[in-house]
Amino acid sequence: MERKISLLERDYRTINYVSGPLLFVENVHGVSFGEMVEIISHDGDKRRGQVLESSENYAVIQVFEGTEGIDVAKTKIRFKDEVAKIDVSPDMLGRIFSGRGIPIDGGPALLPELRLELTGSPINPFARARPEDFIQTGISAIDGLNTLVRGQKLPIFSGAGLPANELVAQIIRQAQVRGGEEFAIVFAAMGITHREASFFRREFELTGALERVIFFLNLADDPTIERILTPRCALTAAEYLAFNYDMHVLVILSDMTNYCEALREISTAREEVPGRRGYPGYMYTDLATIYERAGRIKGKKGSITQLVILTMPDDDITHPIPDLTGYITEGQIVLSRHLHRRGVYPPIDVLPSLSRLMNLGIGPGKTREDHRNWADQLYASYAQGRDLRRLVSIIGEEALTDIDRKYLKFADDFEEIFVGQGDENRTIEKTLEIGWELLSVLPRDELKRIKREYIEKYCPKEE
Amino acid sequence: MIKGYISRITGPVVEAKGMRGTRMYDVVRVGEKGLIGEVIRLEEDMAVIQVYEDTSGLTVGEVIVSTESPLMVELGPGLLTSIFDGVQRPLPEIWHDFGPFVTRGVTVAPLSRSKKWHFKPAVKQGDLVRGGDIVGTVQETGSIEHRILVPPLITGQVEKIKEGEFTVEDTVAVLSDGTEIKLMQQWPVREPRPFKAKLDPEVPLLTGQRVFDTFFPVPKGGTAIIPGGFGTGKTVTEQTLAKWADADVIIYVGCGERGNEMTEVLTEFPELVDPKTNTPLMDRTILIANTSNMPVAAREASIYTGITLAEYYRDMGYDVAMMADSTSRWGEALREVSGRLEEMPGEEGYPAYLATKLAHFYERAGRVVCLGSEDRVGSVSVIGAVSPPGGDFSEPMTQNSLRIAGAFWALDTSLAHRRHFPAISWIKSYSLYQKRIEDWYSDKISPEFKELRKKAMFILQKETELQEIVQLVGPDALPESERAVLEVARMLKEDYLQQFAFHEVDSYCSLEKQYRMLKVILTFYDAAMEALRRGVTLSQIFSLPFKAEIARMKEIPLKEAEENLKNLAERITQEITALEVL
Repeated sequence: MERKISLLERDYRTINYVSGPLLFVENVHGVSFGEMVEIISHDGDKRRGQVLESSENYAVIQVFEGTEGIDVAKTKIRFKDEVAKIDVSPDMLGRIFSGRGIPIDGGPALLPELRLELTGSPINPFARARPEDFIQTGISAIDGLNTLVRGQKLPIFSGAGLPANELVAQIIRQAQVRGGEEFAIVFAAMGITHREASFFRREFELTGALERVIFFLNLADDPTIERILTPRCALTAAEYLAFNYDMHVLVILSDMTNYCEALREISTAREEVPGRRGYPGYMYTDLATIYERAGRIKGKKGSITQLVILTMPDDDITHPIPDLTGYITEGQIVLSRHLHRRGVYPPIDVLPSLSRLMNLGIGPGKTREDHRNWADQLYASYAQGRDLRRLVSIIGEEALTDIDRKYLKFADDFEEIFVGQGDENRTIEKTLEIGWELLSVLPRDELKRIKREYIEKYCPKEE
Repeated sequence: MIKGYISRITGPVVEAKGMRGTRMYDVVRVGEKGLIGEVIRLEEDMAVIQVYEDTSGLTVGEVIVSTESPLMVELGPGLLTSIFDGVQRPLPEIWHDFGPFVTRGVTVAPLSRSKKWHFKPAVKQGDLVRGGDIVGTVQETGSIEHRILVPPLITGQVEKIKEGEFTVEDTVAVLSDGTEIKLMQQWPVREPRPFKAKLDPEVPLLTGQRVFDTFFPVPKGGTAIIPGGFGTGKTVTEQTLAKWADADVIIYVGCGERGNEMTEVLTEFPELVDPKTNTPLMDRTILIANTSNMPVAAREASIYTGITLAEYYRDMGYDVAMMADSTSRWGEALREVSGRLEEMPGEEGYPAYLATKLAHFYERAGRVVCLGSEDRVGSVSVIGAVSPPGGDFSEPMTQNSLRIAGAFWALDTSLAHRRHFPAISWIKSYSLYQKRIEDWYSDKISPEFKELRKKAMFILQKETELQEIVQLVGPDALPESERAVLEVARMLKEDYLQQFAFHEVDSYCSLEKQYRMLKVILTFYDAAMEALRRGVTLSQIFSLPFKAEIARMKEIPLKEAEENLKNLAERITQEITALEVL
């Protein structure tokens, strides 16, 4: 067996079998795993694909644009002798690219500085620096209770019809780090509608952020399988800006549910053993190779922060997509249909929401000394109020004690005033102040989670 | 040399032809980059290989070379304070030599070849030694003395041995048959290290966490699993245990989990001080980090690498605790590789041999009499996190682990949502070891400990029943004595079971203090019940300041706890007894 060594592209016309998005090509030699291919139909129409499996005599190729119109006899397969790569340059900022990294805004061609592999390499855990810079989003439910830090990956678990996009747009508009460096934004759209994409575009335009944004657009009517590449293009560009150009990059991935659907489509076409709900067993690993590309590196100035939007099918948080995501990301912001119906914006349900890196970003010097205790107390008291609400629906409010009524009132005010802030941009001090005001209606003895000295110092005195 | 070529590539699984003569689980180097792989199936001259690194760009026809040796780990001084990937490559050195990203095909020796260690012989010329005997020691870190063992299966008379400075590859002793003993030895990871006899566990592995030490203890040499959905605190619990468990050596395996969490461990541990030895916690810790985005097959190996290192320190006579976070990711790695092999799937796509593999792994834990002439006793305890999809405990990983593990610490999502941490459900959890180690508590802490625990558990159970009634009729409908039960159960939950992992005082609670705290709450309960029987009302009892005082018990520093809490219990009895019937 001699290996065919060639730096040239190789053409084959030996398609044997076409099924769904997959092509099976026979009698090929020296094919690499993950190699890119071009599929050229007899009328010259070019599509792109990637090798999913290669062996001595055949290769399996996934076609990004779908296999419609491909025939077995005349279609030509060209192996490009290179794995998936993207051209990068600082000039990408302000530009719009397709879901696999080709400029589509009609602007001048990009002069690439580097050509990078899309898969990237895992960050050595030892080389990671601890994320600890508090990002003020101006949203109380996030800053106060689920604090975001630079280098974190935080998804927003949304449901169909919930205002996740508005929330993300608001975060982008308001997000700032103490010290004031601006974020560069890399926006990856996977299967979202034209309407949603232009919403974001308008938002960026209004705030004058457009020249700091790179768009990668794979819209709802774009090829499904291409979506597999989109987040990887975005993150490769983000890594390049963050670690070669010391930028703080905020990556928005929307909507990961569509990405996972594409993954499932390929898996089914390959007749793989399905995991839960037909999603492939390796979906956890696959998602991890996306989400884990956030963070900071020792000795480098830049950072990558990820905000991920995903739609929970039927608002089910145990569905494999939010479930596996929650196991990888550092917390989650959960939107609640119940709050949304009551007109609370942003409808963040704080009880199931979580930021795992919160403790690193808060406290003296970052936010304030009482922040941790204060947040724990708000959580505990709100949970208590919610429990009582359930009780009231059965036994009526009359059976409650005075204290219980205070808790009920607290829960209502908490949702109305603290969470339901609308478009307001609140500083962390303002958020803390509102929280303390709400807590001050409860008896002091009930504030067990807070150190006495903080209560003395920060709790407004009753009139 | 066995040399073949790649004939098929599908994800992390590669097929190679021309591999006749290679053995199952031999390590091979794949392709021009020399990626590390392991043979997992043989068919005539074809070998199926799982590759421990990303295979993209690998080409059919590239060469594969067998090392003709199974996956080994290096055992010797320098392991402690290290951080390795799943196949024992040292991550700091990789960072130093190759930059912040783990590039493919890198090889770095696990133990430093240049560092010199001071070796002190423990035997002299002419002594007869056999496998497991200690020939000498090296002070590996401030707290741990590394005992250099004669490798298993070797017996002989010491011919040469000397004190001095040696590297891990230097020979420190020579036996009469010419066998050289070095500071370092190797061992295949998939093979349990031998011992003389397995013992029953007797001594609890104290964790400083009230919910575990008091209610669901695990002994040294025992196994426990922590299943829980995301956000319920598996990792925080595992890290807390790694910090405070009273083992001599800790092996922390981050298996398929978050990179930033490993960073937290890495930055935090060197700053923390072991309450027992007053040395940095890192001095007794080995970290194995194979994060979720690192190759899936190496994740499978990381668990074995971890347990082999644990067994090695056990053989020196130490109590070792291994934390595996999360075993589910390991199971998923098995599933992924099995899927690529096109094996017939068992439940939920997991291979049918999942239960066997799990059992083999957990059974490597235990308290044993080590090899060697003296009867040294060492132990390996394993605490495995499980991440059930959707938080549903009926899935195969949880169920199979449950059948093997001795303690079940169930994390509860609803507790986590209300920030009751550690979110261990006192209703669902259990420990099969409790009976066996009860005597230890009676001897070392107090003969009444057993009774207190029983009573506390009874109150908590009772509360669950009462809550159901409250849901229907409201708390006012209950008699005063039952409302007292609710109140005491609340104290147990909020003031005893809840423990904040990052609190300066409460993150570690000694067993002595646990006993005192429990005693205070139950004294309150007894006194209140007694008073109610006399006709005193609940509001009289609650008008005393004890509720607030009990709530602040956690914050009392360990040194003052005994005195303070004894005093509190006495005051409670006195003042409640002194209440007069109105």
